Amino acid sequence: MLIRSAPDLKDCDVTDEGLYLRRREFITAGTALGAALALGAGEAGAAPLAHSPNKMPIDEKPTPLKDIAGYNNFYEFGTNKDDPAAHAGTLRARPWTVTVDGLCKKPGRIAIDDLVKRFPLEERIYRMRCVEAWSMVIPWVGFPLASLIGQAEPTGQARYVAFETLYDPQQMPGQRDRVIDWPYREGLRMDEAMNPLALLAVGLYGETLPNQDGAPIRLVTPWKYGFKGIKSIVRISFVASPPKTSWNLLAPNEYGFYGNVNPEVDHPRWSQASERRIGEFFRRKTLPFNGYGEQVAAMYRGMDPAKLF
Amino acid sequence: MAFHGGKDRLVYWAVQLACFSPILIFVLQAFTGGLTANPIEFVLRQLGVWGLRLLVVGLALTPVARLLRQPGLTRYRRAVGLWAFTYVCLHLTTYIGVDQLFDWRTIGKDIVKRPYITIGMAAFVLLIPLAVTSMDRLTRRLGPRRWKRLHQLTYMVAPLGVVHYYLLVKADHRPPLVYGAVVLALLGYRLANGQIERRRAAARKAAKDAGKSQPLRA
Repeated sequence: MLIRSAPDLKDCDVTDEGLYLRRREFITAGTALGAALALGAGEAGAAPLAHSPNKMPIDEKPTPLKDIAGYNNFYEFGTNKDDPAAHAGTLRARPWTVTVDGLCKKPGRIAIDDLVKRFPLEERIYRMRCVEAWSMVIPWVGFPLASLIGQAEPTGQARYVAFETLYDPQQMPGQRDRVIDWPYREGLRMDEAMNPLALLAVGLYGETLPNQDGAPIRLVTPWKYGFKGIKSIVRISFVASPPKTSWNLLAPNEYGFYGNVNPEVDHPRWSQASERRIGEFFRRKTLPFNGYGEQVAAMYRGMDPAKLF
Repeated sequence: MAFHGGKDRLVYWAVQLACFSPILIFVLQAFTGGLTANPIEFVLRQLGVWGLRLLVVGLALTPVARLLRQPGLTRYRRAVGLWAFTYVCLHLTTYIGVDQLFDWRTIGKDIVKRPYITIGMAAFVLLIPLAVTSMDRLTRRLGPRRWKRLHQLTYMVAPLGVVHYYLLVKADHRPPLVYGAVVLALLGYRLANGQIERRRAAARKAAKDAGKSQPLRA
């Protein structure tokens, strides 16, 4: 047997250290691309987003894209679960401008593409618990809401953050029916908005958001029921008093300002003790704060949990 | 029930097939992914909706038969009514066996605590005697008058079904309100019709009595 003593590898074969250190990004990008191809993401206009990988440990399998993008509550496109996927094509998610105003030192209007470039994007795989007792696991891509708030520099009087969805019945045909007092509105207390879990999502599964999931930018607060995650945001305002929120306006005894996930506090008409994870047969127990108590429970210390629905 | 001739038989089987077709469609959808990402919830809801739809169709058959001058249509009330009961049973079975997996404690709590479930259960219980007395033997034993009386319970069951539906809707109340309007119209028709019939009967009786007391002129 011939044993070669001359080295096979030359200097130029060594991977550049910079590239070596970024190896995980290639894997992530490759995985995202592979996932997108495998799932046939095929959303018209879905574009890949550069992002860093998920850092929060989660041992649950993400819900398939076809379900995340096929089973939605987005009344701006109809009140059935499959309406948004069928009718959200009329939404023009780009160009898009988000207005930041109210009690802050640096208000302004920011184009969505500038916004996406301004903050480093990261993947966050979060559980999503709908108030209707079903849930998903969603690999969002976005940036912390706190980053945007930091740049806007809210004044000391700003105690709450208010959000507004686009109002345009041409693009959102469901707004022709006054099921909700349009535009859809949501709000957070300032400390909730600054919580590292609060995310402004611009994508999922490594690509820009499908219209029916709230393109081009939406809120994600995984410890709250899904209705708090306002979609297709056009305005973020810093305000002094609790802002009006859509579901609370509609049925104040059923949907409070907080909307915190709590298995102990039933919806007046149904139990919140358990949920059905999309893709699973058996119901599972609902966790307090949707399993994010460690990160958020401190914000509500001393408050009556029964009032945080 | 007597069905004469090939055409009647054909219509009878067409009605049966029409009532069965939602189930066929669910099975088809199960293979094509048409049951949405949350198939249990979807099927549960759809079974309930079909139960209500067929209850409404059953109530509508008599007025429609009169309107179209097709008295033969009323013969299908039993088939439609029994199918309505079938869908309601499947709806309830899905809730108990699939949605709640026979978790009787939770189900019991639901019935007591959730008005929409209490009302839905009441509607189901009221339907049972109607389904049972659809058997020829029992129909005969009851006699037409008592049978009719008993089956007027559908006028209670249909509105209960509408309220059950209305109470579980989150925001878009238009669909249950449409059913409510139709049921209301059908009940209104029956009430008005009953009034007219009673008045006619009274008039007939009065005429008869008058005839008795007054000697016929030669």
